[in-house]
Order: sequence, then structure tokens, then C-alpha cells
Amino acid sequence: MNLKTIAGIGVYIAILVATSIWVGQQAYGWLPPQASAESMLIDDLFSLFSAIGAFILLGITGLVLYTVFTQSVSRFDTSDGPHMEGNVKLEIFWTAVPLLLVFFLAAYSYQTYQQMAVRGPMDLVHLHHMPGTTPTAYAADLEPEPVEEVEVYAKQWAWSFRYPSAGVVSADLHLPVNKRVRLRMTADEVIHGFYVPAFRLKQDIMPKRTTEFEFTPVREGTYRLNDSQFSGTYFAIMTANVVVESPDSYRQWLASAAAQPAVPAENPAYSEYTNKRLKRFGGWKTIAPAPPPLVNALAEG
Amino acid sequence: MTNVPVEGIAIPDIAHPEPQNNWRKYFSFSTDHKVIGIQYLVTSFVFFLIGGLLSMVIRAELITPQADLIDRTLYNSMFTMHGTIMIFLWIFPSLVGLANYLVPLMIGARDMAFPRLNAAAFWMVPIFGILLMTSYFLPAGTAQAGWWSYPPVSTQNPTDSIITGEFVWILAVAISGVSSIMGAVNFVTTIVRMRAPGMTFFRMPAYVWTVFSAQIIQLAALPALTAGAIMLLFDAAAGTAFFNPDKGGNPVLFQHFFWFYSHPAVYVMVLPIFGVFSEIFPVYSRKPLFGYKVVAVSSLLITTVSVLVWVHHMYASNTPGWMRMLFMATTMLVAVPTGIKVFAWVATIWKGKLRLDTPMLFCLGALIMFVFAGITGVMLASVPIDIHVNNTYFVVGHFHYIVYGTITMGMFAAIYHWFPKMTGRMYYEGLGKLHFALAFIGVNLNFFPMHPLGLQGMLRRVSSYEPEYAFWNVVASIGAFLLGMSTIPFILNMVGAWVQGKPAPDNPWRAIGLEWLVSSPPPVENFEELPIVVSGPYGYGKSDPLVENAAALKEG
Ligand code: HEM
Ligand SMILES: [Cu+2]
Ligand SMILES: [Cu+2]
Repeated sequence: MNLKTIAGIGVYIAILVATSIWVGQQAYGWLPPQASAESMLIDDLFSLFSAIGAFILLGITGLVLYTVFTQSVSRFDTSDGPHMEGNVKLEIFWTAVPLLLVFFLAAYSYQTYQQMAVRGPMDLVHLHHMPGTTPTAYAADLEPEPVEEVEVYAKQWAWSFRYPSAGVVSADLHLPVNKRVRLRMTADEVIHGFYVPAFRLKQDIMPKRTTEFEFTPVREGTYRLNDSQFSGTYFAIMTANVVVESPDSYRQWLASAAAQPAVPAENPAYSEYTNKRLKRFGGWKTIAPAPPPLVNALAEG
Repeated sequence: MTNVPVEGIAIPDIAHPEPQNNWRKYFSFSTDHKVIGIQYLVTSFVFFLIGGLLSMVIRAELITPQADLIDRTLYNSMFTMHGTIMIFLWIFPSLVGLANYLVPLMIGARDMAFPRLNAAAFWMVPIFGILLMTSYFLPAGTAQAGWWSYPPVSTQNPTDSIITGEFVWILAVAISGVSSIMGAVNFVTTIVRMRAPGMTFFRMPAYVWTVFSAQIIQLAALPALTAGAIMLLFDAAAGTAFFNPDKGGNPVLFQHFFWFYSHPAVYVMVLPIFGVFSEIFPVYSRKPLFGYKVVAVSSLLITTVSVLVWVHHMYASNTPGWMRMLFMATTMLVAVPTGIKVFAWVATIWKGKLRLDTPMLFCLGALIMFVFAGITGVMLASVPIDIHVNNTYFVVGHFHYIVYGTITMGMFAAIYHWFPKMTGRMYYEGLGKLHFALAFIGVNLNFFPMHPLGLQGMLRRVSSYEPEYAFWNVVASIGAFLLGMSTIPFILNMVGAWVQGKPAPDNPWRAIGLEWLVSSPPPVENFEELPIVVSGPYGYGKSDPLVENAAALKEG
């Protein structure tokens, strides 16, 4: 290899590294606002993966394009290329590097997952006794215990949330900011999924079982909860609001809700089902929506 | 004519019904592997068009946030049938068709080991395809629970009838499984027992290695899906409770059955396309496949690892943390053997004499899109990232870069490359390049936007969405319509060239391989005399002969 080739390779790698670092920074901007402690951990991991991914994608694309633009011959050129069958050193190298990279990425993901600790006490028992445990980076500054407990009910097609301490049922999920919350989730007929993009968190909810799930909201605001597991005809409109607020307004809200009588919640699936005008081409028979849940606090717009 | 005797395997002495030498042979119960191969390819392409039309309806619905084009039940049936048709009636059968055509020719056999079983396996494809389509006429329409058909959604039944869309769906998938197993037995036997003299394992083309690896997966994992489907059928139709939580069943059990097959199935689909790349890059670069032995063996490694990763589709089910971590590690490991292949292809074209004919363009485009899909695949394997993007459009983007960007584009490359051999005619290069350009732009316009959409939280399978997702959805829909249009030059090319294309020489690409030593199209029994192979499959840049008896191979 002459000096010119080595310099060329050096410049190419430098450009790749710079571009990849830039892509890693950009990656944060492709995601919704960070509204939970866990979201920060996940975004850091995603940024790392994006940077490494950009390096690999651009590196290989560059090589391929370079070959295409410098090595193409006319269709009348009948000569052969050099007879290169392989190169053992090179092959060992490109097996070893991905292997190490994959170990590194798996270890890093594992560490992030431990810090998230989203699956509640059950899982922590198993994971915290494994080697390489590091203390929670972001969640450490937050109040550890006691947690706020909320029961989540999912049915076809409506969410409702029960606050056992206050005896309140709500159509929106209200949460105090910077406090760890534990959800106890159950579903009626089919599997649903709890998913708040701003929290980056998702967990399937099994019918007739209780699934525990923990996280910490860290940013006040109203976010959207989606059903993430396909649950039948009106799956797309099974949404609810998540209101993260200061502890004071949270307590006020609980108190005022407790004073309200329980009434049927509004339900988009049910209104669409009963509104014959909406029947378009197709219009096959469908499972009827379950009766709307009775709630003390109706959804706020 | 007699069959090739296979040692130790009793083949009934069937008289080959000599196929008429015209188009009618493609509509008959032929046992010629080449006729069956083309029957598979044409049939699956028809279903590709049907599946494509359904996807246009889906993208038309999603061009606006509201559910304003079709009813939600119809929408759900659209994506369910689209996925089912594309997987079970396009990718699987077209790959089997290609392998059917090529494997016996490439290993120097006169036919598959069990020609009648082969034909029977093919005829099941149109049968279950038509069966599946009839469910559009049922009172509650087709299946609507997605191509993975998770209970309890899939066992819910709004009608009084047992015969529902879901019932038909399960039946069709079960028949598809039987057909695939028949094919797998045939391929594995053929490759193990019917290689020509001198064709050792390490003289087999890499494509044959990938077909071999893929068909072993079918044998090992497919029974799980069939068992799961039958249990689901009992739950839906006979009131059993394997998966019914109301009566103590466990719906997650079905997910295990399903993914125990359906993850490895993605390698059944993609491995033969890796094989196609390994054949095409050397020809159009005029260089041997770099690191051939490692590339060949890496296919078997993929086979092994692929049956140990299925839980990565179920991270968000009630999967405990230790299991999530375990399957994260095994899943990421798959990147190593696939990485080996990618580097080997790049090294193959490096310093080559590149001819940018249509097959080569399709392979180059597919290679880049595969690298992109591999990167998003490793992201999905990472549990914390998957917790966010699971079941969003990010996943849909990832696997469409595989199933369209890699597999379907690779299939087109293969069809163009072997078209002169199959038909004895040359295709039109200009139309081929137009097809490539439209498809490459279309795939990226259609499927790239799904990644930002998924990262922002747009879920898959929704019939309406929040207005904030509108921009990328419009781009995706435009891409989808472009992609639909890209098949027009392909159809014109294939039909036009077959009817009145320029006659093709035996070896128009100056390729190395047994299939190029016989005439185009090859005679009924492939080889007058069986070839005696004396060297490896990629002798570009060397002048060693591939076989000892080249002159004697051709019939007539
Ligand atoms: C580099 C190798 C690959 C890795 C690491 C990988 C990883 C993954 C993971 C972890 C998922 C699950 C995502 C989720 O459910 O949230 C997934 C989904 C999927 N992958 Fe891949 N994948 C790879 C290659 C492939 C190939 C070769 C194919 C197909 C031919 C494929 C097709 C699919 C499909 C169809 C899904 C979606 C399944 C569904 O949700 O219905 N992937 N992939
Ligand atoms: Cu739901
Ligand atoms: Cu998988």
C-alpha cells in the first residue's frame, strides 16, 4: 500500500466518523419529547446505535458506490477480473469485529435495561444479582419509594384507571410528576398494549391476568396513551390521555374526582359502532364494543 | 424415460408424461422440475399482484389521518390478507419455484428426487390461494386478526357460523405448511443424494448451500406452526381452551408456537436470496465469490442460530427480564454470519470488472437496502429500543426493507438473470433498467418514512391516526403507488420477451455453472449424460474447465 492509498483511507474513515457522530446527535430529534426517566436512558442507547449504524451503512454504501463508479466496464469488454478467492486474515478480521461489536451492544443494552427496571420488584430480584450491576443513573435522583399505585383496565375498546387509595375511576390517566408509579394492568377479552410514546414504554396486558409495570414520569404535560397490541375492529381509536402534573394539582384532581358520581365514559368506538352513517364499503359484522366504563372523572378534551 | 435411481430410496417407476412443447405444458400436471419451477413463479407472481393491489388500498386509506375510505373491518381484512398473501403466496412459492428450476440443473441432476411429490406440492398452492380468496364472500368477511393471528382476537367470532374467515385462513396456512414440508423433503433429499459425480459439497454453488440450509429450517421448525394452527382451529371451532384465558388457557402459548416457526421462516425466505447474490455478483464482476467456503458455511450457522431467537418478537408479551436478555444476545449473534456474507459480497465486486446489467443493478440495490435493514434489525434486537418501537411502523419499515428491498428485489434479479435460460429468449435491457429505477425509488419512498413514523410512535395496523403523522404517510403512499407502477415495465418485459424476444445463446452472461452448459431452454432431462465435475463453481479469471465431459451434456 502506498502513502496515497493510506491517506485516502484515513480521510474516508475520518469523514465517516464525523458523519456518524453527527447522526448520533440528530437521533434525539427523531423521537417524541422525553417525559419519563426511562425515555432518557432509551434515547441515549438509540443514539449510540444510530451512530454505529450510520458508520456501517455509509461505510459499505461508499465502498459499493466507489466500485460502481470506478470499475464499470462496457458490455463489450470480455476480460475477467483478478482471480481472488479469499483472504484468511481478512475473513477472520471481519468475523471478529462484528462479534465484539455485538457483545458490546448487547452488554450496553443489558445495562440500560437494568437501569430502567420497568418490570417491577419481581424482575429486579433476578436481574440485580447479576454481575455488572450499576446504580440507576437518571432515576437515582428521584424519590425511590413509596410508589404511586394505579390499576389499569383495558377492554374492547376503552381504557379506565382506578386509584385504589382514593376510590376514583377515571377515563384519563393522571400521574404526579417525578414519582415512581406502579401500574397493575388487566384486560377483559383480548390482549391490549400499554404504550405512551413520550415515555418510550410499552407492555402487553393479558386478559384475566395482572401485569405489573413501573416507571417514573419526569415532565409535566398531556401525552397520548395508545393500545399497542392489535385488539380488533376499533383498535386505532382506543386511546386515552396521560396527564402528568405537579403533586399539588394531582391531589386536587383526585379530591374533586372523588366527589363526582360515576357516569358512563364517552367512547369513540361505541359511537362509531352505533352510527350507521359511518358504514362504508365493506361493513362486515363485527364484535360489538363492550359497554363504556363507569368513571368519576371524564376525559378532558 | 427412466428416473435417476437414488441409492437406498425407492422411487416408483413412473413414466414421465412427456410435456408438450408449447405453453399448454404449464397448465398440466407436469413432473419436470423446470415446468414446475415456472408454474410456481408465474402463480406466485399473480398473487404478488393481488397482494400489491391490497397494499394500494391500505396506502390510499392512510393518505389521510381519518378512516374515510373503507370501513374499519375491511381495512383490517386488507392488512391481514396483504401480509398473508405476500408471505405464503408470493415469497415462499416464488423462492420454491426458483429453487425448483435451478437446484437440479446446478447440481447436475436430471430432476428432483420425487418428481410427483414435487408436482403435488405445487398444485396445493393455487388451491389454498383460491380457498383463501373465497373468504371474501363469507358473512363476516376474511380473517382480520393480522398475519400472525394472535388469539383471543383471532378466535372471536361475530357470526353464528363456524366457517369464518379465520377458519379458512387457518386451513389455508395448514395446507401451505403441508406443501412446504413436501417441498423441503424433496429438496434435502435431492441435494444430499442426487449430485453429479465429482460435485462434492464444497463444489456446490453457494445458492444450493442456501437452499439446503433454508429447507432444513422448514423441516425443523414448521411442525410448530402447524401444531399451533390446529390448536387454534380447535379453539375457534370446537370450543377447546388451549389459548382461551376465559377457560384457563394461555394466549402467550400461541405466540411461542407461532414465532418458533415464523422467526426462522424469515431466514427460509432470505437465505436463498443470499444465494442469488452469491451467484450474481461473481458473474457481473468477473471474479470468484470471495471467501466461498466461509460464505457457504455461514448459511448453516444462520440456520442454527435462527431457531434460538424467536422470543425477540415477544419482548412486550409477559416475558420475564432474564428471558428478554437471553434472546437479545442470541438475536444479535445473527448479525455475525450475515455480516460475513455482506463483506464477502463487497470484496467480490471490489476490483472487479462490473457490468451493470439489470440483474446486477437489482443485486446492488438490494445489498444496500439489506444492510440498512440489518442495522434496524439489531436495533430491534436491543430490548430497551424494542420496548419503544415494537408494534410501530419502525418494525414495518424494517421488515419491508427485507421482504421488498432485499427478497423481492433479489427475486427480480434472479428472474432477469436466468430468464434467457428458462425461456431461450433475451429480455429487454431498457425495460429492465426502467423497472429497477422505479422500484428502487419506490421502495425507499415507501418504506423509509415508516422509520421516522415508528420512532414518533405511530402504531402498525391502525386504520386512522393522529394528524401529526400525516406528512410521512403521504410520502409513503406516493412511494407505494410508484412501486405499484414499477411492475408494469416488468410485466411488459417478461411477456414481450417470451413471445418475441431475441433468441438467447446457451450462456449469454459467460457465467460458470452447470446450468449454463446445456441449451437454453434446457432439454427435458437436463443432461444427455451426467456431468463429471472437476472444479469449484467460481473459476472466473482462471481457465480451468468445470466438467470433464462438456460436449456430451447436451441432448439432441
Ligand atoms: C440482521 C438480521 C435481523 C435481525 C437482527 C432482526 C430482528 C428483528 C426483530 C428483533 C424483530 C421484532 C421487532 C418487534 O416485534 O418489535 C423483527 C421483526 C421482523 N423481522 Fe427482522 N431481523 C433480521 C432480519 C430479518 C429478515 C432476514 C427478515 C425476513 C425475511 C425479517 C423479517 C421480519 C419481520 C417480517 C418482522 C415483523 C414480524 C411482525 O411483527 O409481524 N427480519 N426483526
Ligand atoms: Cu385495545
Ligand atoms: Cu424474528
